[in-house]
Amino acid sequence: MAQFFAVVQGYMALGIGLIIGLGALGACVGIGIMGSKFLESAARQPELIPQLQKFMFLLAGLIDAAFLIGVGIAMFFGFANPLLSAIK
Amino acid sequence: MASGSEITPSEYIAHHLSNLTMKVGEGDFWTINLDSLIMSVIVGVIGLGVFWLAAQRATSGVPGRFQSFVEIMLEFIDNTVKDVFPGDRSFLAPLALTIFVLVFMMNLVDLIPIDFVATLMGALGVHKWKAVPSSDLNVTFAMSFTVFAFIIYFSFKAKGVGGFLHELFTAPFGAHPVLWIPNLAINIIELVAKPVSLGMRLFGNMYAGELIFMLLGLLGMLGGAYTAGSIVLSWGWAVFHILIIILQAFIFMVLSTVYIAMAHEHH
Repeated sequence: MAQFFAVVQGYMALGIGLIIGLGALGACVGIGIMGSKFLESAARQPELIPQLQKFMFLLAGLIDAAFLIGVGIAMFFGFANPLLSAIK
Repeated sequence: MASGSEITPSEYIAHHLSNLTMKVGEGDFWTINLDSLIMSVIVGVIGLGVFWLAAQRATSGVPGRFQSFVEIMLEFIDNTVKDVFPGDRSFLAPLALTIFVLVFMMNLVDLIPIDFVATLMGALGVHKWKAVPSSDLNVTFAMSFTVFAFIIYFSFKAKGVGGFLHELFTAPFGAHPVLWIPNLAINIIELVAKPVSLGMRLFGNMYAGELIFMLLGLLGMLGGAYTAGSIVLSWGWAVFHILIIILQAFIFMVLSTVYIAMAHEHH
């Protein structure tokens, strides 16, 4: 019985780490690309900076969305694990 | 938390993350999260009450500070909606304003330190109270599925029942009968992805935010340098969270507006 718990929790820890890590990887690369494009276009046309800034914040929120959804799900499995309660 | 009693970390988190529930029928589906319901009503009354008060006291002379603030907000939302939807925005702009104010007020509750809420509610005799309504999946999905209902309603209104169904089966690939199934599949996925992503984005941001506050609080339990570090990091995360709160409310509003505006478009 204890071994079931140990197996589930061990793999769960690995899974949580992968979800958060890979999500962070994707989100950071995405923000980096978007930020570099924003800086380029701001340097080309400084008069458009307020409008571009508005879109930049919008895109930042969208890019972070999948990552944060993943963090939410991973944390949910970390603290209220339904796989464990199925064993009980 | 309480002095003298030993609380394990997972108990602390489980205590702070459980909702006060009430059963209204058989099974898990019919449980209401009372705390989310009551908190969302309270913040809704406060948030929208501010705007109602401003409307009651509006003068057409030189505006005072309160009226100027409300006017700035209204102009900001109006310009945002005008950029996205050039048509008649007499319904869409008030909807956008309501969404923005509601989501922002719900998110704002997250800045109150969790133990303040827990001890206050404990003093009132309530032992499980999750104060942030938008960290409850039910609340965020309720809002996003309401927006979804509006998308469907405006699709029918702008294109007609026949037009909308025709579009479901023939866009984006073409009108050949072989393509009806792929078209329908893609359109259904696109339609369903909108409310699901809208709701889950807000939920994920707020839930993760609350959880990080709790984890930083747990770090403070270790004493000494860890407590000092946890206070500094909590402050830093709270400052970052202020940006996230406003950003998520803005994103929810802009995306709802964009989706409803897209429902008016003909392919």
